[in-house]
Amino acid sequence: MSALPLAVTRRHRRSVRHTLDLRVSPYAYVAPFFLLFCAFGLFPLVYTAWVSLHEWTLLSDVQEFVGLGNYTTLLADGYFWNATFNTLSIGVLSTVPQLLLAVWLAHLLNRRLRFQTLFRISLLLPNVTSVVAVVVIFSQLFGRDFGMINWILSWFGVGNIDWAAGTASSHVALSVMIMWRWTGYNALIFLAAMQAVPRELYEAATLDGAGGFKQLRSITIPMIRPTIIFVVIVSTIGAMQIIAEPMLFGQSSGGGGGVATGGPDRQFQTLALFVYEQGFANSTFDFGYASAASWLMFLAVVVVAGINFLITRRVKGGIV
Amino acid sequence: MRLRYLTLIAVAFFSAFPLYYSVVVASRHNSALAQVPPPLVPGGNFFANVARVFDTVPFGLALVNSVIVAGSISLAVMFFSTLAGFAFAKLKFRGRNAMLVITVATMMVPAQLGIIPLYMLMVKLEWTGTTYALIVPALVNAFGVFFMTQYLSRALPTELLEAGRVDGCSTWGLFWHVVLPAARPAAAVLGMLTFMSAWNDYFWPLVVLNPDNPTVQVALSTLASGYVNDYVLGLAGTAIGTLPLVAVFALFGKQIIGGIMQGAVKG
Repeated sequence: MSALPLAVTRRHRRSVRHTLDLRVSPYAYVAPFFLLFCAFGLFPLVYTAWVSLHEWTLLSDVQEFVGLGNYTTLLADGYFWNATFNTLSIGVLSTVPQLLLAVWLAHLLNRRLRFQTLFRISLLLPNVTSVVAVVVIFSQLFGRDFGMINWILSWFGVGNIDWAAGTASSHVALSVMIMWRWTGYNALIFLAAMQAVPRELYEAATLDGAGGFKQLRSITIPMIRPTIIFVVIVSTIGAMQIIAEPMLFGQSSGGGGGVATGGPDRQFQTLALFVYEQGFANSTFDFGYASAASWLMFLAVVVVAGINFLITRRVKGGIV
Repeated sequence: MRLRYLTLIAVAFFSAFPLYYSVVVASRHNSALAQVPPPLVPGGNFFANVARVFDTVPFGLALVNSVIVAGSISLAVMFFSTLAGFAFAKLKFRGRNAMLVITVATMMVPAQLGIIPLYMLMVKLEWTGTTYALIVPALVNAFGVFFMTQYLSRALPTELLEAGRVDGCSTWGLFWHVVLPAARPAAAVLGMLTFMSAWNDYFWPLVVLNPDNPTVQVALSTLASGYVNDYVLGLAGTAIGTLPLVAVFALFGKQIIGGIMQGAVKG
């Protein structure tokens, strides 16, 4: 008689704990990610907007509210527009050939092939090389006097090019570095998507006498369109934020100029590098101005990614 | 068919050659670089150059820092991603789908734009110059959570979890005794991917650390940024600081590539 209520309360307590466990555990398990993202991802992004409305430097404790003052100064700043131009130029030069090449390589790999694994590993080698190593290696290869690339070009009667010095040539050199690092990676992502395309489609096309290139255009590309759109957007977002390559190229090509100016004439300073220069590399540590530039850059990322999204959808729709 | 192989071999060559050539330069003396044609096989100066690297920058400290940072980030990412992936893949709760979508969407946020407030935050926490500033923000990330969610929803049989429930396991007990063992193959791949990207991370460490307490990449950039172009020094540093990782990748490449391709399709 007396044992029964005890057992009931114990069972009751256990079931309360059990319900609590079922209800709360899932949230507790996903919480670390969301907490971390809010603290170190979302908060900084939003706070950037607040900082950008102030005269705010590392050196002063007083932050004066200036409204959109930083933005109007920026829009009249020639260096800002120069960085915008460089970002777009390097972005186009590195991304367009890279993605075309990646689709083609994936197409070549999407067959029964000997040494398949070996090819895939070699394609991804550049991607596991650190960006510092990539730029150091390629700065040497692109060296004016003793670089291997100028040596090879000299066979065709091309004189020694000072790659880091010119606007166009430095953009080409940087694009080569970026392409070298990312083409194989994107090729593997395309390949993953291509492997999900039903084999019968290709068999039927072969019976109809369609060649490899025709199959690529009229079967593969339409079938992997979602992946293409995804890769284009991600590559665009990445390309708009390029910073390490121009920064290190400026330092290791020995052309002079400041740590973050992207060459003595700012010939390859990107937007992200401009932000870094304003915030950290010049003596004023102008956080307010740099934050305003960050937000304009964010707008540019959204606009360019949006445009590319529309183009990718439209163009592929036209081919099908 | 022959053209296909020739093309792929050419691409493989262009992928590997710069790495090979960096070793060639790193094992030479600076004067050899002025030769025409440039040297194409390694020389005998490698260890002398490596010794110079250690004389120029605190490279031993940099190696220790990088191992600690990349190691602890990898372990934390494996653990927290498996935990969150388990919840997203196998547990029922309100708002699950929305939260998963938000998680994936955060991968699109250009993180670099918040760099200034992030730095200010580190100043407030007094973490600038310390490895905390590198480790804590990286303890778990959206890619890892998504990656483990994908794997567990595919590879972990729900019946196994139900059997565990019948045996009286709490949710935590299920995670510990059933999920973690089942997640091991994918978690290992995730760990390797995370280790590589943490080891190679450059920009944020450069911003937040001092040159006298660097990671490997920060030390390498110090080596490379001298006003006199000492390519041999820079490439010797590169050879010991990044090529071991490339070698490890070449060994485990098959699994890592499988991981990248699996994570990619659904993204």
